[in-house]
Amino acid sequence: MENLNLILPEIFISLAIMLFLIIGVFKKKSSSLIYNLTIVSLLILLAIVFNLSSITETSLFNKSYKIDNLSNFMKIIMIVSGIFVMLASSKYLQINKIDKIEYPILILSAILGMMVMISSNDLIVFYMGLELQSLALYVLASFNRDNLLSTESGLKYFILSALSSGLLLYGCSLIYGFTETTNFNEIFINSGQAEYGLTFGIVFVLVGLAFKISAVPFHMWAPDVYQGSPTSVTIFFTILPKIAALTVFIRFLYVPFANMIDQWQMIIIFISIASMVFGAVAAIGQTNLKRLVAYSSIGHMGYALAGLSVGTNQGIQSSINYITIYLVMNLAFFSCLFMLKREEKYFEKIEDLSGLSKNHPLLAFSMMVILFSLAGIPPLAGFFAKFYIFMAVIERSMYFLAVVGLLSTVLAAFYYLRIIKIIYFDPEKEMYEKKHPAGLKLTLILSTIFITAYFIYPSGLTEIISKINII
Amino acid sequence: MDFPILSSLILLPLIGALFIFFVKSSSGKYQASKYIALFIAIANFILSIYLWYLFDKDSTKFQFVENREWLLGFVNYKVGIDGISILFIILTTFITSICIILVNSTIKKKLKDFLIAILVMETFMIGVFCSLDLLVFYLFFEAGLIPMFLIIGIWGGKRRVYSAFKFFLYTLLGSVLMLVAIISIYWITGTTDVEKLYEIGIDTKYQNLLWLAFFSSFAVKTPMWPVHTWLPDAHVEAPTAGSVLLAAILLKMAGYGFIRFSLGLFPIASEYFVPLVYFLSLVAIIYTSLVALMQEDMKKLIAYSSVAHMGFVTLGIFTMTQQGIEGSIFQMISHGLVSAALFICVGVVYERHHTRLIDRYGGLVQIMPKYAIVFMVFTLGSLGLPGTSGFVGEFLILMGAFKKSFLVATIASLGVILGAAYMLWLYKRIIFGEIIDSQLKSMTDLKRFEILILFSLVIPIIYFGFYPEPLINSMETSIDNLLNTYDTKIKTNLVYKN
Repeated sequence: MENLNLILPEIFISLAIMLFLIIGVFKKKSSSLIYNLTIVSLLILLAIVFNLSSITETSLFNKSYKIDNLSNFMKIIMIVSGIFVMLASSKYLQINKIDKIEYPILILSAILGMMVMISSNDLIVFYMGLELQSLALYVLASFNRDNLLSTESGLKYFILSALSSGLLLYGCSLIYGFTETTNFNEIFINSGQAEYGLTFGIVFVLVGLAFKISAVPFHMWAPDVYQGSPTSVTIFFTILPKIAALTVFIRFLYVPFANMIDQWQMIIIFISIASMVFGAVAAIGQTNLKRLVAYSSIGHMGYALAGLSVGTNQGIQSSINYITIYLVMNLAFFSCLFMLKREEKYFEKIEDLSGLSKNHPLLAFSMMVILFSLAGIPPLAGFFAKFYIFMAVIERSMYFLAVVGLLSTVLAAFYYLRIIKIIYFDPEKEMYEKKHPAGLKLTLILSTIFITAYFIYPSGLTEIISKINII
Repeated sequence: MDFPILSSLILLPLIGALFIFFVKSSSGKYQASKYIALFIAIANFILSIYLWYLFDKDSTKFQFVENREWLLGFVNYKVGIDGISILFIILTTFITSICIILVNSTIKKKLKDFLIAILVMETFMIGVFCSLDLLVFYLFFEAGLIPMFLIIGIWGGKRRVYSAFKFFLYTLLGSVLMLVAIISIYWITGTTDVEKLYEIGIDTKYQNLLWLAFFSSFAVKTPMWPVHTWLPDAHVEAPTAGSVLLAAILLKMAGYGFIRFSLGLFPIASEYFVPLVYFLSLVAIIYTSLVALMQEDMKKLIAYSSVAHMGFVTLGIFTMTQQGIEGSIFQMISHGLVSAALFICVGVVYERHHTRLIDRYGGLVQIMPKYAIVFMVFTLGSLGLPGTSGFVGEFLILMGAFKKSFLVATIASLGVILGAAYMLWLYKRIIFGEIIDSQLKSMTDLKRFEILILFSLVIPIIYFGFYPEPLINSMETSIDNLLNTYDTKIKTNLVYKN
């Protein structure tokens, strides 16, 4: 029974989902109540996870579920970013008239699914979490159902995601077939005398996972889905599922197949290089900011994977560090997008930013900081994220990966600079509204301060992350 | 612990910038922020002079060293100065103060933002010259791109966007390889602390590649031929204060980097690549001087002359002789003053006549006699007439070069003649001759603050021309020390090989 205590966060969030569903059914016009309750329940969830974070390593339910430093850290950053996503997007939902009761509940279920993914130590548990998350996300993508693009993106996401889930399941079955178990630790033991078939299994699972974090060549869905979904869902898409998928990546590569690094390392390196280069090149021609973010996030995932491909604890820690800083930058960038509002209408074209610095100097300034940070220019946080990755990569003398990665930052700098150019050098357009909800302002201010002031004490974050030792 | 004077030098402008950021400015009135900026810049200048006073010229060690934990486990925030860096710090604080006075006339819009950019830039520039850790150096070196990009892009001329992008991407491309090299050095030796690296040295087999990676960054920044093309564009489009900062200080970061890192960390590779540097420097001196002769735009002409002068600097550094390196540093300081002054002179006439094309001017001596005099001084300083600081630098560099190779020195000397040709021809076309345009007659002579700025530049140029002792004195011990360690390393390597 003491096991139940350890999965209190998951139990709490499931109960909250059911409770909110009941409230939604019986109480009319309760959408904003549920929205606020969701934020409160996420805060309580955060407290519970924090409370559990003193437990260093425990396995539950026949070792199929794992609570350790990795899962605790990832859950915490996921919940924190979930809270900020909710805070930032409340106004957007109201204006676009999609503030239905289902929205926060779906977000909570997605978060539940991701928490299961993060803690999973077994192929079946992992798949269960993944599907729970994906089902919630399909609906969220097409949540603005009167909008053609939104429904299209939901459908596209559903079909492609189902395909990748199929591949992933096939991979799982191959792995099960060759090792006679689904538990990660036991796979590790049994993989010693494995045959070539097992490698196929790994490849199929990696394809499925690469799809979830939209790494090249499984990225096709990302631009359309990101553009079509409501912005409040896009921000969710760019952050939370990536945290969960990256955690699974770490666990899947380094727990069961730690000894087979020769088999999967080249695959990860290839995906990483392809994502970095493609993300940088393809973003250059974009005119829609959400689409641009899609390509830029493809590129950023490439860097996070570069850290994973190294095969050391430093490498894993550097990718965790990367994703943490990346999520702050994305949160900040989308908060800026939420501020481009005039007469109940949101703007998302790059031209809409033209001359922003004239009428909105502060917004323009924070946007500039965010963009330079995304481009990885020191002394902003984005530079340190990349620095730690390359530190780990070069330790293992993977110079090719490092040089390609750094050259693609130069390519990527071009399109970030283009946005800065439009903000600062171009003639101004009409003013946007200056009044914004407090939650949105808070998100933007906190994340911008984090990005600019990170260099003063960079060890704060790395010290926490350095406790995560997988190998 | 002592008062952290270097950190205060670095942080003071940043604090000033933050202060200006939060000062409320009613539209159109920026007086308050301007005085704050000026106050900060001058305070920093005085602080740097005080630093020079405290500085012990006879010590071979780094002084005022501060060492704090920063990136846990590998990199410390470490700053400190020796006889070489102190000169650049004073140059930086001096030129920044001048830039802020200059703002008076040249910047018409967003003055507050401009002041912030200049002050932030000053922080980064001082940081570059003080840092004693490779990563800290890289951080400051790269961070300078952000304010400079904005200075060119927001306040620049017609093709400012193109120039700003070119500047940013060229420099970034050059320096990412340096980052790879820095991280590799960390994994090879276990530290990025410059002082420690001087002691333990870097294994010979890695040096060539690492040297090339550093070179790619510094060569773009210097700029050396053939990657110099961003400089004329950036100069032409930048506002006067931006050009001044760019010419006077940004270019010197690379020269400083060559001395501090290329020579200090990779002596064997430096020796190996000497012919390459000689070749590129000579091409820069001759080729860009010829290009400068053909320019129709005054700023472009001065920009190309900068490339040629920096060619002398790189030549002098890689002669690896006392005279050569002393001359290079002297030349960098002198070029910092002279080119700043020349850009200001161009700015003065540009404001009155709104063109930079040389053939639209003529006979200014009749309308602006005071201007003609100061411009004369700077022209002569640029071409290196004895009695100006330009002469001392070039003379020492050529002396160093003659020690090493007669041919190289002879070709370089030709560059001096070409330099005289294009500068004097420029002077002749603008100042002498007929007044070709009736609009020119309405131009007024120098205003009071312009006289103040230009005279504050004339004084050091002539003073150091006649009496270079203070500068030479301050750097002598450090260069001596640098060359001694350099020679021992080369010798031990030869012994080791045999």
